[in-house]
Formats: sequence, C-alpha cells, structure tokens
Amino acid sequence: MGVIASLFEELLTILKTFLTAIPYLAAYIGFILVTLLIWQRVKRSFAPKRDFASLKTITFGDESAVKSNFAASVISIIAVFVSWGAFTGSSTIPSFLHMPEAFVGKTNFTYTAQSVAGIRDDASVYVIVHGAGVNVILPEVDDGQGFAKNDVMAVKAYRTKLLKWDVNDEETREIGAKIVAINGQPIAFGTDVDLGDIKVALTQKGTLNIKPDKGIQMEPIWLPAPEDVWGRLKEISTEGFKNYTLLEHLGFSLFRVVIGFIFGALVGIPLGYAMGLSDWFRGWFDPVVEFMRPVPPLALIPLVIIWAGIGEVGKTILLFLAALWIMAIAARAGVSGVRISKVHAAYSLGASKWQVMRHVILPNSLPEIFTGARVAMGVCWGTVVAAELVAAEKGAGMMIMVASKFQQTDIVILGIILIGIIGFGIDMLMRWAERVLVPWKGRG
Amino acid sequence: MSGLAIDKISMRFDLPDRSSVRALQDVSLDLKAGELMSVLGPSGCGKTTLLNIIAGFLAPTKGEIRLKGEKVTGPSAERGMVFQQGALFEWMNVRDNVSFGPKMKGIKSSETKEKVDHLLDIVGLQDFKEKAIYELSGGMQQRVALARCLANDPDVILMDEPLGALDALTREKMQSLVLKLWKETGKTIILITHSVEEALLLGERLIVMAPRPGRIHKEYSLPFADLGIEADLREIKKYADYAVKREEILEMIWNMEEDIMGRTEVEG
Repeated sequence: MGVIASLFEELLTILKTFLTAIPYLAAYIGFILVTLLIWQRVKRSFAPKRDFASLKTITFGDESAVKSNFAASVISIIAVFVSWGAFTGSSTIPSFLHMPEAFVGKTNFTYTAQSVAGIRDDASVYVIVHGAGVNVILPEVDDGQGFAKNDVMAVKAYRTKLLKWDVNDEETREIGAKIVAINGQPIAFGTDVDLGDIKVALTQKGTLNIKPDKGIQMEPIWLPAPEDVWGRLKEISTEGFKNYTLLEHLGFSLFRVVIGFIFGALVGIPLGYAMGLSDWFRGWFDPVVEFMRPVPPLALIPLVIIWAGIGEVGKTILLFLAALWIMAIAARAGVSGVRISKVHAAYSLGASKWQVMRHVILPNSLPEIFTGARVAMGVCWGTVVAAELVAAEKGAGMMIMVASKFQQTDIVILGIILIGIIGFGIDMLMRWAERVLVPWKGRG
Repeated sequence: MSGLAIDKISMRFDLPDRSSVRALQDVSLDLKAGELMSVLGPSGCGKTTLLNIIAGFLAPTKGEIRLKGEKVTGPSAERGMVFQQGALFEWMNVRDNVSFGPKMKGIKSSETKEKVDHLLDIVGLQDFKEKAIYELSGGMQQRVALARCLANDPDVILMDEPLGALDALTREKMQSLVLKLWKETGKTIILITHSVEEALLLGERLIVMAPRPGRIHKEYSLPFADLGIEADLREIKKYADYAVKREEILEMIWNMEEDIMGRTEVEG
C-alpha cells in the first residue's frame, strides 16, 4: 500500500509540473498557428498556386498533400535561437526582444527602526547588485542622523543576502529595536516590500533579506547566451578541454563508433546470413539474438567496464555489442526476404549455389542491411556518448560530463549541439550511401 | 528421344493435420521438340506443381521427367523458366539481367553482347538496354524475362502465368510476342495460364487438368497458334471454331469449380 501511495504522490507532482507547462505550450502552439496564418496570407498574395495540388479539394487526410514546409522549418529554427537569445539577453538579437533581465546596479532604500522606547528613526541602505565574477569595493557612507545608522551592501544578481541592519546601530535587536517600515511602507515580520529593482523582506528574526529582481531571463549558469557558447566553441577548438582539443574529443567518439560498428557488421552480417540460410544456425542463435536484442546496450556498460575497463577496448566491445544484434537481425531479414521466384529463376538459368548466394541473395539483402546499418550507427552514437558519460578520458560524452561537474554549462550545451549535429550527419551520410549503393531499395 | 517425357508423375504429401494431399496422380505426357503446349485448369488442380516438377524445383513421389532421355533431378539451364513477375534482378540493368545465364556459365559479357542485343531487339527493348528494372513497365519487365530465358538457349521454356499480371492490351501484344518467339526459336514451350482465351491461342496442344487429385482431364489439338503467327490474334478470336472451343472449355472448368464448391460445402 505504501508503494502505491508514494507512487500516487509522485504522479501528482508530475501532473502539477505538467500543468504549469500548459500555458507555455499553448502559447507556443498559438505562435505556430499565427505564423501559419501569416504565411498563408503572404503566399496567397505573392504567388497564387496553379499546380495540380492546388486543385485538390481534399487535402485534409490526403497524405500525399503533406510535405515538410521549408519555410516552417526555417521559422522554427529561428524561433529557437531567438527565444534562446531573448531569455539569455544575447547581444546577437536586438535588445527590444530581450526578456526582462535581472537587476544589476545601484539602488537604495530607507528603513524605519523603532526602539523599545517607541522612538523611530530612519536610515538609508545603499545596495549594489553586481554580476558574477565582479569584485565590488564597498564605498564609505556616513552614518547619518539618529540612532539608526546608514548601511551599504553588495548582492550578487540572482542571489539574496541578509542585512543585519542593527550591527552599526545604537539601538539593536537584542535590546528590542525592530524595523517597522521600508521606504515609509509599514512592514510586519515574515512579509516583504517590493521596491521594483529589489524586494526587501523582514525575516522572523528581524533581519532584512535583500532580494534583487531576477527578471525572467535565465542565469548564465543555467543557460548561457548563444554567443557565449560560440565563444566557447572557438576557445576549446583552439585551446582544447581537459588535455584534448575539441576535434580530438569528437574524433575519438566517432572513431569508437566506426570501429565498433565495423566489427559488429563484420560478425553480425555473416551471423545473420547463417541464420537466414540454415535452420540449424537459426535455431542455435535465435535464443541468443532474441534475448540480447531487447537488452539496451547502456545496460551493458557496467559489465563491460568491469571486464575491460574504461579504455578503448571496453568502448569498442560495447559498441560492437550494440551493432552486432541489429546487423545480424537486418541480415537475417534481408536473406529471408528474398522472393523464391528470384532464387528459382537463378537456378533455372544455371547458377550454382555459390552463384545464387553471390548474385541473388547478397544483393537482395543489401537494402535491409543498409536500413540496419543506419539504425546501428544511430544506436552506436547514442551508446558511445552514454558510455563516455560514465567513464572516459576523452570523448564528446566525457567533455559534457566533466563540464557539468564544473558548472560550465556553455560547454555542456555546446557538446549537446555538436553531438546532435554529428548524429544527424551520420544519418544523412547513411541515407546518401543507401541512395547511391542500393537504388533499387523498395522498388522490387 | 529429343523431347520431354512426363512419365506417370504422382505427387502426394502430408499436411500437419496428418491428412495428405494428392496434388498429382499419374500424369503422363510426351512433348516433341518445338511443341507449344498450354495447360489450363481450376485453381488447385496441380498445374503449377507439375511445372515446378518439370523445372526440378520439386521432386515427384512417383514417376519421372526425362528430357532428351535424361532424368530430371533438379533445376538446370536446359529448362528455362518465366515467372509471373518479380523474378528479375533489380540490382542489375536490363542487359545484365538478360546476360545472367551465360555469365553463370562463365561466358564473358563481350562474347554475349551481340546475342543479348539481338534478343532485346526482338522483344522490342532496344532503347532500354541500360535501364534499371524498376524503371520499366510491367509488360516491359516480362519482355526482359522472356529475353533472359532465351539468352540461355534452353531446350524447354516453362512459363508460369507469365502474362497474368498484365493489363488486357499489353497482354494481347505479349501473346503475339510469345508466338513470334516460339516460331523464331523453335523452342518447346509449356505455358500455364488461367485464361481460356490465352490457352487456346498459345497452345498447339491444350491440356485441361482436373483437381483432387490433379490429373489430365482432356487434351486438345488446336490450329490457332499456327494461324496466329500470320493472322491477327483478334481475328482468330472471331472464328466460329474458336468460339465453340472456348465455350466448351469454359463450361468444363466451370463445372469443375462448381463441383469443388459443392463438395466443400458438404464437407463443411
């Protein structure tokens, strides 16, 4: 029962989080629809369509009428970068697009202290809100009139700071003095006063908590601006990161994928052929393949590290295993998919077993093998990054893992982007190879 | 003994439910070299099984096939086969498909080029020699299949509904082409078809098979194939003689189908 109750609680938390996201999601969808409407207007007024598709009365539900709209893709990508820039105060986009940023600068407020005797006195507090990594030298301020003395303090943007206002005062909290107003507005314990640039809260203990306005931009430690990521790219591609240059990190990841994939294909394809051509081999390896196929390669990482360590051998073994089953199954499917009439035709034309294998079964299985290779390369790329996240001396995954430990979010984001681009590039390359090498795919 | 002898072929096999199927029973035929024979019959009469046995893809349980006096034990280049569709190799262009047989014998493509070109001319594909298979229409693909079979110079050509998947017009053109090729090459041809009209036009001999067990029901000797070489096939279809034969055979097959349906209902 306890488990169910705690699961239910978890579910509620998840639902609550999800509910908070709904307005943003709705706004995003609204934005998409608005751009759609604008695009339709613009297109209609500029270039009225006269092609065949424009004469179709039924487009909703007609799959052939749905093609990826290039303009939508472009706008979508621009929207990602603009909102990235807007929420990070990027200098690459005009400042009117910036979301309200966190307050940085000087401000001041007045507090009204009341002594036990009921005498009130005002004092000013000078607040300097500064960005990360800035050294602030606090200026001298005069004490001012009365028992409450003026204060000066520095607060980091996005952070808060307690002000023990009575340290320099003649009437202290110990002897019963308390604050009753900020800038003339009455204040009670546990409440706060919003002064625009900063919020001043009175804690239960009687001290003041200064909270500079955070705006709605992201703190660089959460999401750095695009130009910071770009700058970091230039920096680590020349100077490197943790003893290796960026190219070395990425190159090693790619190298591992290629080597692991090649070994996986070299073993997997013959295995698949054997399984497709002989019932004994099919029976022998079916349990192994069918068991290993649903095991995610990531689940093998701990075992591989125990057996082979975190060096290149371990990584290659892992990627070999990731590619092996996919390639074996693809080759098996390729062999099983040969039309019996093609095999019969080849035998009737005088081909020997070996010639049927070489000229019919092998080329006939190539489309399936290429599909398998595409999947395997994708899985290998994902697996190598995950393996490097766990343990590695170099590699794309290691780079973002180490960077995250040092809160170098810009490197993390850069790494994620590069990993995405390379993964996409691999897929494009495989598709291109497929088009060139097996043009008959899907047309048999 | 230069022809093809089908000697008391029987074929019987067990099903998983322990019943057994008598696909063929005591089928005997003698074909002289250069004969054109069409085989008709309702579905399940064993005509494709018979063709597969002649091709060597299946072994009969009794009887044997002899070609030029030699017993058939498996597929070989002397018995060429033309399938309904999908038996061409998409990874090769038209020319490579046609020269596949000679290449398997180890003959260099430079030596077969002339022959292949000539065959492609005959089947009307002279402008498509370098095209990929998937760029051709269904009719053109069957022309390639015919040329590929002929390039191997087999003694017997076995056709398993080669025109079954084509539209009516293309089919008529292809029927003329088959007759033309038969005349020019003098090959022994066995053609299996579902179409009574096609069987009448493309058979000096026409065999009607009956099902359960598969056996030869009736045999005809027909003049239309020879006539068709000179005359338009559509003219032949207007002959009174042709129409009478067509109705007779249709009636025969119709009755067989009725018989099967009736029996199935009783059994069910």
